Amino acid sequence: MGAPKLTLQGVTKVFHTGRRTLETLRPIDMAVAQGEFVTLIGPSGCGKSTLFTIIAGVEEPSSGVISLDGEVTTQRAGKAAYMPQQPLLLPWRTVEENVLLGLDVRRVPRKDALEQARALLKRFGLLEFADHYPGTLSGGMRQRVALLRTVLFNPQFLLLDEPFGALDALTRLSAQMWLLDLWQSLHASVVFITHDVREAILLSDRIYVLSARPASILRVVEVDLPRPRVQEHLALPRAVQLEQELVALLLKEQTL
Amino acid sequence: MSLRRLASYGPAFVLGVAILLIWELAVRTGSVNDFYLPAPSAIIVALFQNWDVIASNTLQTLLETVLGLAVSTVLGLFLAILLDITPWVRRAIYPILITSQTIPMIALAPLLIAWFGLGLGPKVVVVTLYCFFPISVACADGLFSVDADLVRLMRSMHASRWQILWLVQLPGAMPSFFSGLRMAATYSMTAAIFGEFVAAEQGLGVYMKLSFNARVIVLVFAAILVTALLSLFLFGFVSLIERIALPWYHGARRRI
Repeated sequence: MGAPKLTLQGVTKVFHTGRRTLETLRPIDMAVAQGEFVTLIGPSGCGKSTLFTIIAGVEEPSSGVISLDGEVTTQRAGKAAYMPQQPLLLPWRTVEENVLLGLDVRRVPRKDALEQARALLKRFGLLEFADHYPGTLSGGMRQRVALLRTVLFNPQFLLLDEPFGALDALTRLSAQMWLLDLWQSLHASVVFITHDVREAILLSDRIYVLSARPASILRVVEVDLPRPRVQEHLALPRAVQLEQELVALLLKEQTL
Repeated sequence: MSLRRLASYGPAFVLGVAILLIWELAVRTGSVNDFYLPAPSAIIVALFQNWDVIASNTLQTLLETVLGLAVSTVLGLFLAILLDITPWVRRAIYPILITSQTIPMIALAPLLIAWFGLGLGPKVVVVTLYCFFPISVACADGLFSVDADLVRLMRSMHASRWQILWLVQLPGAMPSFFSGLRMAATYSMTAAIFGEFVAAEQGLGVYMKLSFNARVIVLVFAAILVTALLSLFLFGFVSLIERIALPWYHGARRRI
């Protein structure tokens, strides 16, 4: 096995607004191996999303070292495919044009970009919507399109920030299975944010449990359930036990 | 246009016809002096009898209007982008922009004639002074109101400032831009006529002035009618372009 996809060492973030300082991240250490599915779970507003914007290169950490593929780098923007909580599809672009947004940023010629976008849409069963505007799609479909936009930008390394948070239970389950299928066929490294314990268990190889703000890592849990995962795995004794453990841990962090 | 949409104009149509009928009756029964207020039927007859002269004057005014609108569009877009680039540019330009609108045009127009002569130039300038403001303000508002999360997404893709402007902000500002342009289009014609009123050799403004001086009030009204119809036409034309340019904004389900 080569160098880990991502390692964080002592990453902190402190925001200064006027005279007030807001400590968001306590020193965070974590690692994601190539092809690994890692989930960050923690109470709402704990700073998970801030950590993501730092990994994605949108924000700089206040201290700490981040390496990608074994190389320490400060120029991270453009190296991971980041998917924010909202699908943020551009309403004036059709589905296929939204999917190729990242290639437009990289100035890939439109013909090539369209070909790649269509191939991806076809592979994941969305080709019939290629020329639809996002305004006409359901919430679940929009998230899938946003996910494919993320994948087309970089199929090797995905940062997914609560991608299914706004979906109803059934749509969410089908989107989760769709994501697992996508992850397996792409051999991608994924960092996933959620505050849904069952979702974390269903999807991940490893779970980092974060504390309430300022976020620090409370515990790292290996999810030793068989792959490929199916929804029924959540009923296995090991899964139930994990769920109880994690819920208990998170409940302590929950402030009213 | 759908039938339902056409039907929604029904009340306005009925009211308009009623006003014209009362007007016609008032003149015919002699309760109003038809020298000062000619009957609608007389205006239409006069319009057709003098069509040659009115048409050539209309063409001149229309040329000034369209040129002025074109210059306003370019200037308005340019200013909006300038306002958006950096906060300090915004702080520098915005007050000047507002101040430009406090200058009484009636004082400025004769000066423009003195500076630029009787030709096309000063009229185009007057139209531009009236029309660039709503366009630039509406468009700038559209550019500012971009979703911050979308900008973060673009930055995670390592998009440059110009790419964010070009790929996300400008297309997103188009609906605002068009509402500014529609507003500008409605009074662009009036602005051109105002410019001609001050001093010109040809145009509807000159025609109105000459007709009034010759005490042929019916021709003043004929020119007013042409102005009103053309202003409505410009408004409709801009709306039509908007519908074609922004199908996604007008509820299209897919790229046709």
